[in-house]
Amino acid sequence: MNWQTLCKSSDLIDNAGVCAKFNEEQVALFSLFEGEQQTLFALGNWDPIGKANVLSRGVLGSIGEEFVVASPLYKQHFSLLTGKCLEDENVSVPVYQVRIQNDLVEIAA
Amino acid sequence: MSNKMKIVIVGNGMVGHHFVEQICQTMPDAVVTVLSGEPRLAYDRVHLSEYFSGKTAEELALTTPENYESLGVNFFTDAKVTHIDRALKTVTTASDESFQYDKLILATGSYPFVPPIPGSDQEHCLVYRTIEDLEAIQNSANQSKVGVVVGGGLLGLEAANALKEAGLETHVVEFAPQLMGVQLDAGGGAQLKQKIEELGVNVHTSKATEVIAASEATRFELRFKDGSTLGTDMVLFSAGIRPQDALAREFDLELGERGGIVINNYCQTSDADIYAIGECALWNKMIFGLVAPGYQMARVAASHIAGSDLAFTGADMSTKLKLLGVDVGSIGDAHARTPGALTYVFQNQAKQVYKKIVVDAEQKHLLGAVLVGDCNEYDTLLQYALNGIELPELPESLILPVAEGAPGLPAGSLPDTATVCSCHNVAKSDIIEAMDAGACDLGSVKSCTKASTGCGGCAALLKTVVETELENRGVEVKKDICEHFAYSRQELYHIIRVEQIKTFEELLDKHGKGLGCDICKPTAASILASTWNDYILEKPHVGLQDTNDRYLANMQKDGTYSVVPRIAGGEVTPDKLIVLGEVAKEYDLYCKITGGQRIDLFGARLEQLPEIWRKLVDAGFETGHAYGKSLRTVKSCVGSTWCRYGVQDSVGTAIDIEGRYKGLRSPHKIKMAVSGCTRECAEAQSKDVGVIATENGWNLYVCGNGGMKPRHADLFATDLDTETLIKYIDRLLMFYVKTADRLQRTSVWMENLEGGLEYLQQVIIEDSLGICDELEQQMSHIVGTYQCEWKTTIESPEALKRFRQFVNSPDQDENVVFVQERTQIRPATETEKQEYWQANKIQIETIDTDVVETEALGVE
Ligand code: SRM
Ligand SMILES: Cc1cc2nc3c(=O)[nH]c(=O)nc-3n(C[C@H](O)[C@H](O)[C@H](O)COP(=O)(O)OP(=O)(O)OC[C@H]3O[C@@H](n4cnc5c(N)ncnc54)[C@H](O)[C@@H]3O)c2cc1C
Ligand code: SF4
Ligand code: FES
Repeated sequence: MNWQTLCKSSDLIDNAGVCAKFNEEQVALFSLFEGEQQTLFALGNWDPIGKANVLSRGVLGSIGEEFVVASPLYKQHFSLLTGKCLEDENVSVPVYQVRIQNDLVEIAA
Repeated sequence: MSNKMKIVIVGNGMVGHHFVEQICQTMPDAVVTVLSGEPRLAYDRVHLSEYFSGKTAEELALTTPENYESLGVNFFTDAKVTHIDRALKTVTTASDESFQYDKLILATGSYPFVPPIPGSDQEHCLVYRTIEDLEAIQNSANQSKVGVVVGGGLLGLEAANALKEAGLETHVVEFAPQLMGVQLDAGGGAQLKQKIEELGVNVHTSKATEVIAASEATRFELRFKDGSTLGTDMVLFSAGIRPQDALAREFDLELGERGGIVINNYCQTSDADIYAIGECALWNKMIFGLVAPGYQMARVAASHIAGSDLAFTGADMSTKLKLLGVDVGSIGDAHARTPGALTYVFQNQAKQVYKKIVVDAEQKHLLGAVLVGDCNEYDTLLQYALNGIELPELPESLILPVAEGAPGLPAGSLPDTATVCSCHNVAKSDIIEAMDAGACDLGSVKSCTKASTGCGGCAALLKTVVETELENRGVEVKKDICEHFAYSRQELYHIIRVEQIKTFEELLDKHGKGLGCDICKPTAASILASTWNDYILEKPHVGLQDTNDRYLANMQKDGTYSVVPRIAGGEVTPDKLIVLGEVAKEYDLYCKITGGQRIDLFGARLEQLPEIWRKLVDAGFETGHAYGKSLRTVKSCVGSTWCRYGVQDSVGTAIDIEGRYKGLRSPHKIKMAVSGCTRECAEAQSKDVGVIATENGWNLYVCGNGGMKPRHADLFATDLDTETLIKYIDRLLMFYVKTADRLQRTSVWMENLEGGLEYLQQVIIEDSLGICDELEQQMSHIVGTYQCEWKTTIESPEALKRFRQFVNSPDQDENVVFVQERTQIRPATETEKQEYWQANKIQIETIDTDVVETEALGVE
């Protein structure tokens, strides 16, 4: 797999999102903590329902077992793992593979 | 041959279509065939007139060929049925195609009645029923200057509106002495006539047209029985409808004396395998010319064919309409025909409002009502009439202009038939039924009834109904705010304060489960802020905030933000105005005066917010908290300083109050106002906290609300000196912060407080709970620790880092595109964006532009 560096891990915000540019795409990066355990997720930043590049600015959380981000515009929830919208199964956003290596955030190109 | 039931439906009007939807549900295996006499499938006839205001036939359509195909329905348009062979059970269309049926549904509707006046059958003499009719009217109107509608009933007036909108000099000619004789009494009719004439439509009542003759100045001339004449270029007949019963007549089904296909309670005609529904059907000697009873018949027929015994038992013919912009309502026995009936009439000729209620001889129950010019009371009156709710002691209070303490409909006494959600037509009884069937919380009631999943306007009412019902059943109402905490907001507040909890993490750790969500996180953030008043963008709090709080600005539809500096009391110096103007100019922001007496600058990109605010803060502005659940504005009027009537300095007091409570985080936003005298120019009685000057001090009003469900504030205390005024407001606000539910405005909070206003007065004025000292101390802590969040933010490099579109690029969001309108910017539409991108050769990913319908998931 081909990993490409996106930004520094210090650019991330605990339990919230930031947006990074990956080629011509906007990627929302979320850093989620369960206790000390950090997990990184990446989704497309485009909110297909609100039609704006805003998902990185949503509130993170869990619904049942699923980790989600709530759109800041109309509050639909998107799964951090699958990108699926919980309120409307016909809607989803792209998901990307990301990891932290040597304090750098990398994305699978 | 298959043994599946064959169902043939003649007519694909509104009712015929509703039947198709029903039968596909009740009998998914049936072979359904639709024969539409029109060149298209069903459309929304009720909103037909919107065709003139630009709605297309596609937008009016109730279904599409694809939709019918996916339901497995066979359909034929332009398929007028001309024969029924009841022995062979077939129907045949004009083009000689035959269809076999097991059950036949006649949903042929009605046709407009054209009175047999000589000359009524020429070109430019038209009717108003189908899309084709409207096309013809539009054509004729294009070649006409004057138009006459014959018939002053409901449809006639709608038609008159269409002519007027088309720019014609418009006349309505009515045979009877008044307009809308079916729905209105003489007084209401007269009021309506006056109003309509004022709107520029000429009304001629008691006019019998004898002939439509050719003329010179205009195309035609109507000659009336009384010798007078009226010139016109076109004539629209709207003189009533007649049931389309030709098939029944020719093929020997029982008809009413004056037409209409006779049906029984199951909508069967005299042939048990033939049903009739909608406007062609005659039930109990009545034709129902409205769509709702037709839908009811469709449901009854579909369930009868499927073997159940739902019956049609008549329908309410009450109506509420806007005719030519005039509100008109008619309920039940509008003409007071019930023996012994008594009437109450209220008329305000200046405002052209007429209201009448008809009550029974005992003055216990409402029989009917007429409303012209103002239909505000329609819903309440209808509930009284339909559900036999006992009238208040003074029935007239139901129609008198809103005075202090006017009786509404007590929430608990809401009858089972009351509509809770109008979007999905969910009655209280449907909710109870769902709960009987096992739905035991708000969420499951929502998903099984669909209530509150349309516009969302009924959310609060639905919640109250569900909770009251649960309480009635002895179920302890779980007021859990979400799946992560088994506590109400009030309980969380106590936990946080008592256990001195400072972060969400700690709260979740000790009392919750999961990771939290977009409901509990902002709630906890708000409680933490109103308790400890820490900077809300401190590291542990950042991820908790709704986006507006997180970026200290309100997100707009395109992801940009608005900037609203505080302009306390609406007072602003020329220098500060200039700064606002300069900043707006520099960043090309759209400027608008808000409804809260301040200035909103729109269109700031995320990365621009800190620079913009730095300039504003340097010029002495503070954040306006337009993004927070916190104090918004304290509106003022000029007061005694300038105004010749003012008795106190309302501006000064408003500024002081705004200075005191700015930044206070609360369950929902708080709005206040101060008026300098009883003329009340600051509209204080519509605010959470309203202050009105008197000769001796201040009157305090509490728990008012504008917005979605306006509530007049209650007079709480009179003639207070300024110190006491502030003391009471301190206590009141803190008590609200402590005890209200999440997103509960003071109005709803108070309505749900047991004991209401009186209880609140005891707690705040008489200190009945002995907590007033504590409340005041807590408030003084908040006041003492105020900081302008924007000032703190621009001074914190750590916080500033977050105001970047991209953490790894200085680029801007290419989806933010503005165009000019009225010399300012506005967000570009989807099409404008495409053009812009193309012109600027920006490569964009294909963006999925399917319109997705979404639930209204709560505003803000
Ligand atoms: C800007 C403004 C409209 C304007 O251009 O005049 C406005 C704009 C919004 N209002 Fe408002 N309201 C504005 C005055 C009002 C008023 C009038 C007033 O305050 O005197 C009312 C009725 C009074 C009242 O609240 O009792 C009002 C009742 C609402 C409501 C309904 C609240 C209710 O309890 O029924 C909402 C929705 C909500 O809060 O859930 C709302 C929500 C909103 C939101 C936040 C909707 C949203 O989520 O985007 C809008 C934010 C726009 C923005 O980015 O700034 N706005 N809104 C006004 C800002 C005033 C200010 O200077 O802060
Ligand atoms: C301008 C206007 C405004 C209205 N506003 C309101 C309102 O505000 N509120 C309200 O409740 N109601 C309103 N109505 C009345 C409402 O539209 C009717 O009650 C409703 O459409 C009746 O439905 P239906 O299916 O019975 O008849 P229709 O909608 O008339 O449908 C009957 C269909 O059967 C077809 N048909 C007839 N004979 C045959 C045949 N032999 N073979 C095949 N097809 C045949 C007809 O072509 C027609 O398409 C309004 C009506 C109009 C015209
Ligand atoms: S919320 Fe509605 S009423 Fe308020 S500003 Fe937005 S559009 Fe206007
Ligand atoms: S009235 Fe219930 S969702 Fe609109």
